[in-house]
Amino acid sequence: MNFGFTQEQDLLRDQVRRFLDDNCAMPEVRKIMKQPSGVSADLWQQMADLGLLGLIIPAEFGGVGLFWEDLIVVLEETGRSLFPSPFISTTLAASTLVELGNAAQKKKWLPEIASGNTIAACAILDEHDCPQLDNITLAISSERTLTGDKSFVPDAGIADLFLVAFRDGDELALALIARDEPGVDTSTTATMDESKRTGTLKLDNVSIDASNLLQCDGKAMTRLLDKGSVAVTAEMIGAAETVLEMTTQYAKDRIQFGHPIGKYQGVKHRLAEIYLDIESFKSLLYYAAWTIDQSPDELSRSASIAKAYASDAFVAIGIEGVQLHGAIGFTAEYDVQLFLKRSKWARPMFGDSDYHYERIAALGGL
Amino acid sequence: MDFEYTQEEQAFRQEVRDFLDKNLPPWEQRGPGFMAEWLKKVRGKCWVGFSWPKEVGGGGGNIMEQVILKEEMARRRAPALGTCFMGLAWVGPGIIKYGTEEQKQRFIPEILDSKYQWCTGYSEPNVGSDLASLQCKAVRDGDSYVINGTKIWTSLAPFADWISMLVRTDNSSESKHEGITSLLVKLDSPGIDIQPIENMAGASIFAQIFFDNVRVPVENRLGEEGKGWEVTISSLANERSSIGEVTAMYEKLENLKELIKKARKNGKPARKDVGVRRRIAEFESRIEAMRLNGLRYLTKQIKGEPLSSETSVNKLHRALLEIDMTDFAVDILGQAGLQLSGQEEAVDHGRWATAALSWPDVVIGGGTPNIQKNIVAERILGLPKD
Ligand SMILES: Cc1cc2nc3c(=O)[nH]c(=O)nc-3n(C[C@H](O)[C@H](O)[C@H](O)COP(=O)(O)OP(=O)(O)OC[C@H]3O[C@@H](n4cnc5c(N)ncnc54)[C@H](O)[C@@H]3O)c2cc1C
Repeated sequence: MNFGFTQEQDLLRDQVRRFLDDNCAMPEVRKIMKQPSGVSADLWQQMADLGLLGLIIPAEFGGVGLFWEDLIVVLEETGRSLFPSPFISTTLAASTLVELGNAAQKKKWLPEIASGNTIAACAILDEHDCPQLDNITLAISSERTLTGDKSFVPDAGIADLFLVAFRDGDELALALIARDEPGVDTSTTATMDESKRTGTLKLDNVSIDASNLLQCDGKAMTRLLDKGSVAVTAEMIGAAETVLEMTTQYAKDRIQFGHPIGKYQGVKHRLAEIYLDIESFKSLLYYAAWTIDQSPDELSRSASIAKAYASDAFVAIGIEGVQLHGAIGFTAEYDVQLFLKRSKWARPMFGDSDYHYERIAALGGL
Repeated sequence: MDFEYTQEEQAFRQEVRDFLDKNLPPWEQRGPGFMAEWLKKVRGKCWVGFSWPKEVGGGGGNIMEQVILKEEMARRRAPALGTCFMGLAWVGPGIIKYGTEEQKQRFIPEILDSKYQWCTGYSEPNVGSDLASLQCKAVRDGDSYVINGTKIWTSLAPFADWISMLVRTDNSSESKHEGITSLLVKLDSPGIDIQPIENMAGASIFAQIFFDNVRVPVENRLGEEGKGWEVTISSLANERSSIGEVTAMYEKLENLKELIKKARKNGKPARKDVGVRRRIAEFESRIEAMRLNGLRYLTKQIKGEPLSSETSVNKLHRALLEIDMTDFAVDILGQAGLQLSGQEEAVDHGRWATAALSWPDVVIGGGTPNIQKNIVAERILGLPKD
C-alpha cells in the first residue's frame, strides 16, 4: 500500500515547476495568450526536448514510456501556472493512438508528437458538450466521406492532426485526419479564458479509409472521454492550489481593522474549506489517474467522482479567490481573475458536475 | 502508487474474515450470551488493544493490520472489541505512554478485559472548545489530591466506574496550558454526585458530575503534576487515518440507497428523481474522498511521518456527512421519517429518525467544525490566530 508519489515523480514535478517558473511566469502567460495562436512555439519545443510531450509514448516511438500517474504530475504543474498550450489535447490524442492505433499509424504519428512537430486534438462531441456517446452524431456517408462541423474542439486552430469521432451505421468510429488533407478547415474561437483556445473543425467530403481508422468502439470512446476528465481535473488542482496560495498570502498581508484579514474567521474558514476541497479532489484525482493504467474497470467511476467534485469546488474557489481579495481581485492586472476564468473553462470540459453525479448514481445502482 | 496488499496483509485479512464468518452470527441468531462469548473470543485473539505493545498485553499489530482489522469489522458491522470504549480508545494509550509501572499493571489488564467502564472528564460548564482554560480544582493534601468543581457532558458517566479527568493544580502560571494535571478517579469516591442529562434524542448518556472535597490518592495521577495538557494532547492524537469510519460510512450509504429504492418523491419513485440521485452521488463522492484522503495519510504513517493537523480534513468531512446524510434520510421519508422506535409507522425501527437526532456526538463531541477549520487555517495555512 503506497498512495503517494515516488522520488522520481517528485523530481519530475520539481523539473516541470522550475521550467515553467523560469520560462513562463505570469507576465509571459499573459503575452502568449494575447497572441493569435495562443501558444509559444519555442516553449512547446522545449517541452518536447524535456521529454514531456512523449511522456506516455512508448520508448520505441520516441517517448519516455511512463504512465498517467506520472502525467498528472506534469498537468498539475501546467495548471498551476496556467501554461497556455495544447498539452492536454495532444497528450490525450497520443494516449489514444498508443492504445488504438495500428503499427503503421503509431510509427507515423507518435514520434512526430513526441518531438513536438505535430500538435494533435480530439474532435469527439457534436450537438452539445455533454460527453455522452449518443452525442456523437456526425455520420459517414456511403461514399466513405465525412462532411460536417465539429464545434468546440479544444486547440482546433493550431492542431496538425485530429482524432475525429463519427458514426458508421450503428457503430462508433474514430479517424485520424491530418490538417492538410483536402476538405479540412478550422477556425479558432476565443473564450473568456484566453489561456485556452477552442475552435471548429470543418470537414467537407473528407475521405476515410482503413489507413486512417483507429480500432475504436463505445468502450474505447468512453475511456478516451474519461481520460479527458482526468487530465482536466489534474490541471484544475494546480490552478486551485495557486488560488489558495495567492489568497492565503494576501490574507496574511492585507491589514484591515488593525489586523491581517486572515485573522477573521469569515476569511480564514473559507480558506480552510478551500484547503479541504483541494486535498479531497487531489486524492480523488490521483486514484483516478492510477486506475487508467492499473485498474481500467474502475476508471469511469473514479474519473466521474474526481471531475464532479472538482468542477463544483474549483468554480467556488475561483469566485472566492476574487471575492476575498476585494476590489483588487476584480482588476485585469491582478492575476487571480485569470484563475476564475480557468475554473469556468474547466467546468463543462468532459462533463460538468450534473453529468458526472448522474453517472455516479447510475454506476452505483440507482 | 500501489494499492496492493502484501501476502502477510492478505493472509491477515483472510484470518479476520474467517474468524468473523465463524464467530459472528447474523443479528437474529445472536442469543443473550452472545456478547460475553464474543468479547472472550476477540480477547483470545489479542485483537483488543490491538495496537498496544505485546508487553502490556496488547496485540502488537502494525498500522496496516490495524486498518485491515478495523475495515473488516466495520464491513461486517461487528460489535466493538470491548465495552470499555474510552479505556480502549485513549485512557489506555495514555496510561501506556505516561503511566508508572504500577499504573500499567493495575489498569491495563482491566481495560483489556472491559472490567470497568471509563469516562472522560474534560469539559466544564464554562469550558468547551477552549479546553485549556479549565477550572475544576485539585489541591495537594498529604498523599491525596482534593478535588472541588464540576465536569459536564461526560459521556457514559451514568454507567461508569472510573473517570480520567483534567484538573487545575496551579493557577499561577502565565500559560493556561501549564498547571493542568491528569487524574484517574474512582467514581464511587465519597463527594461525587452524577446527574444524567437527557439529550434531544431522548437518551441520557452524558451527565454532569459534581466534585465536593473528593480525595484521590496521589498514585492515581497520570504523568507529572502540572503537565496534564501534554498527556491529553498525545492521547487524543491516538485517533488515526479514519479508515475504519469510512467503511462504516459506505455501509450507511448502502442503507440509504436501499431506502431510496423503496421511497417516493413528488409522487414518483425517489430513485428516478434527479435531485435525489445527485444528492446520493455527492455523498458517495465525499465518502470516497474521505477514503482516499485516509489512504494518503496512512501512506504517510507507514513511511514514518507523523500525522498532524491534516486529519482535521476527514473530521470535517465526516461531521458534515453525518448531518447531511441523516437529515436527507428523514426528509425523503416524509412524515414517516419522523417516527421514532416503537411508533406505529416507524421506518427501520426509527433508526433514521434517531440518527437525525444523534449527529452531535460526532459533530460536536470531538471538536466542533469551526475549531477544525481554525486548526487547518492556523496550523496548515499559517494564518494568524484569532
Ligand atoms: C454527544 C457529546 C458527547 C460529549 N462527551 C464528552 C465527554 O465524554 N467528555 C468531555 O469532557 N466532553 C464531552 N463533550 C463536550 C464536547 O467536548 C464539547 O461540547 C465541545 O468541546 C464544545 O464545547 P461547548 O459545547 O462548550 O461549546 P463551545 O465551545 O461553547 O462552542 C459553542 C459554539 O461556538 C463555536 N466556537 C467556540 N469557540 C470558537 C472559536 N474560537 N471560533 C469559532 N467558533 C467557536 C463552536 O464551534 C460552537 O459552535 C461531549 C459533547 C457532546 C455533544
